[in-house]
Amino acid sequence: MTERREEPGKFPFARGIHATMYRGKLWTMRQYAGFGTATETNKRYKYLLSQGQTGLSMAFDLPTQIGYDSDDKMALGEVGRVGVAISSLADMEQVFHGIPLDKVSTSMTINATASILLALYLAVADKQGVPWSKVSGTVQNDILKEYIARGTYIFPPAPSLRLIADIVEFCAKEVPGWNTISVGGYHMREAGCTAAQEIAFTLADGIAYVQTCVERGLDVDSFAPRIAFFFNCHSNFLEEIAKFRAARRLWAHIMRDRFGAKNERSMMLRFHTQTAGSTLTAQQPDNNVVRTTIEALAAVLGGTQSLHTNARDEAIALPTEESALLALRTQQIIAYESGVTAEPDPLGGSYYIESLTDQLEQQARGYLNKIDNVGGMLKAIEGGYVYKEIYRAAYEHQKAVEKKEKIIVGVNEFVSEKKLSLKTQKIDPKSEPRRRRELAALRQKRNATKVEKCVGTLERATRSSENLMPIIIDCVRNYVTVGEICKVLRATFGEYRPTHSI
Amino acid sequence: MKRPIKVLIAKAGLDGHERGALVVAMGLRDAGMEVVYTGIRNTPEQIVQAAIQEDVNAIGLSSLSGGHMAQFTRVMELLKKEKIKGVLVFAGGIIPDADVKKLKKLGIREIFGPGSSIASIAEFLKKNVRSK
Repeated sequence: MTERREEPGKFPFARGIHATMYRGKLWTMRQYAGFGTATETNKRYKYLLSQGQTGLSMAFDLPTQIGYDSDDKMALGEVGRVGVAISSLADMEQVFHGIPLDKVSTSMTINATASILLALYLAVADKQGVPWSKVSGTVQNDILKEYIARGTYIFPPAPSLRLIADIVEFCAKEVPGWNTISVGGYHMREAGCTAAQEIAFTLADGIAYVQTCVERGLDVDSFAPRIAFFFNCHSNFLEEIAKFRAARRLWAHIMRDRFGAKNERSMMLRFHTQTAGSTLTAQQPDNNVVRTTIEALAAVLGGTQSLHTNARDEAIALPTEESALLALRTQQIIAYESGVTAEPDPLGGSYYIESLTDQLEQQARGYLNKIDNVGGMLKAIEGGYVYKEIYRAAYEHQKAVEKKEKIIVGVNEFVSEKKLSLKTQKIDPKSEPRRRRELAALRQKRNATKVEKCVGTLERATRSSENLMPIIIDCVRNYVTVGEICKVLRATFGEYRPTHSI
Repeated sequence: MKRPIKVLIAKAGLDGHERGALVVAMGLRDAGMEVVYTGIRNTPEQIVQAAIQEDVNAIGLSSLSGGHMAQFTRVMELLKKEKIKGVLVFAGGIIPDADVKKLKKLGIREIFGPGSSIASIAEFLKKNVRSK
C-alpha cells in the first residue's frame, strides 16, 4: 500500500469531492421512474415528490429511446413499457404539468435521442415561463456504452459523437445548470463486467467524450465540470466502496495530467449510483430489500452524489407504487437514522479499504492501458474487445453460480418451495392503440407549413457542421415528433449495425 | 452420428438486455448444441425467417422489456402461417406469472425466468427436442 495522506475535498478526491460531504448536504434521492402514458407518469412523479424525493429521474420507453413514435410499426408491444412514451411536445407538457421546472432537477436516461428530449424539456420550460438559466438536470447522452451493453444506439459512432458535442457546446452557452453527459458504467456492470472493468470502461468512455469536445476546440475547463458519472453498486460491500474511491482518484489524474485541466471542478468525479438490478432475484423477492439496503449503504460510504434504490419486485416487473415507496424509504433510513453521514469517507484509512482501493486502481489502469494501446475506446468498442470481455465475465459468473462457487440466497442455496407472489405493476394494453389515435390527431392539428419548413432546415443542417440543438428546438416547438426528427437524422447519418457475434 | 440440436436464440423487439440471451447461448454451445444468436432488435418476422434459414430444432425467445406478449404471440402466429412444425419454442426474461400461462397456451413450451440454470435449460431441450 502506498503511503499517502489524502483528504476529502482535495485532489485527487479519492476520499470524496467535498470536505464535509453529507454533513454539508445529503445526496439527492432520485428514483428512476416512468411508465405508460404521460398522464400516469405525471401522477407518479407528483407522488414521489410529495413523499420527499428530491429530484426526478425520467425513464423513457424503448421507442422513444430509439427514435420511433408510438405509432411506428417498430414500436409494436414496447409503447410505455420500460418508461414513458414521448413522441411530441404535447406528451412532454403533460409529464411536467403542475411541476415547475425551476423547482426540480430532472435526470433523463436518454442517449441516441438525447438532443431531442433535451429540446423538448427546454420547450416545456419556455411554455412554463422558466428561463433556461434556472433549469437544471442531466441527460445521460452516453452513446458509447450503448454499443457495448445497453443497446439503444441509432447512428454510427462518428455522427453520434457529433450530436453529443453539439449538446455540450450548446449547454455551455445556453443552459449552464445542465449536466451534459452522464458517463455510465451501470449498464456494463449489469451486463456482467467486474468492478475493475466498470471503472476502466467508464473512464475510457469519459476520455473519449472529453477528447471529442477538446478536438472541437472547446476549452476543457469550460465543459468538464458538467460531465457527471453513473455507477452501479453491487453486492460486494467493501469492494464497491473501494471502487468509488479508486474511480475518483483515477479521473482526477486523467483530467489534470492527460487533459491539462486547471479548474479543480473539472477533476472531480461526481456520480449518481443505482443499486444493482442484476443482483435482484425473482425467488423470495422480499430478500431484495435487504440486498438493496446493503448496496445503497456502500454507495453512501463510497461518497455518491445521488442515489436510486431498486424496488424488490424489479426482477419480476416494473415496481408498484408500494414497492417504489419502500425503496425510497430505504434511502431515507440510511440518511436520517444510520448515522453514517456524520463523517466524510468514514472508512478511509482502514488498511483493507485502502489496499483494495489501490488494487482496483491498478487493475483499472491495466485495462485503460490496453484500450490506449488499441487506439482508444472507439477502436476497442468497434473491434469487439469490450463486448467480449464483458460477456466472458458474465458467463464465468453464471458457471460459478451453477457450480455453487457463488451462493445466491434463495436461488442456488436456502431455496424455499413456498412461492411468494407479489402484486405487480401492469401496463394497460389499450394504451398503445390509444396513443396511435392521439398521434394521428396531433399530426392533423399542427401547422403543416411550419413543420415542413423546420424539417427542411434540419435536413440541410445535418449535412453541415452547424450545431443542431437550436434547430431541433425549433422543430419540437412546432410539434415535429421524435420519430420524424430521427427519420431525417437516420437518412443523413445512417444506422449502426453491430458486427460482433458470440 | 446424430446431428447436434440446433437452437436459435433470439432477442425480440427493441429490448437491448442481452446478458441472459448471450449466457444461455454460450452455455448451450458448451453443452454440445449448435447455437445461432440473432443479436438484439429483431422483428418477429426476422426471427421466423432466421429459424427457417438456419433450419433449427428450437427457438429461444428473450425479452426483458415487457413487449413479450405482443412479440411472442406474433412469432407463434408466423410459425403457424409458415406451417413450421416440430420446432420447439421456449422463452426467458422478465415475464410475469400471469403471462406465463398465456404464453404456454400459445404453444411456448417452457418459460425460464431469472435464476434459471443453463443446466436445466439444456436438459429440457435434450428431453423435448425432436431430432430431425
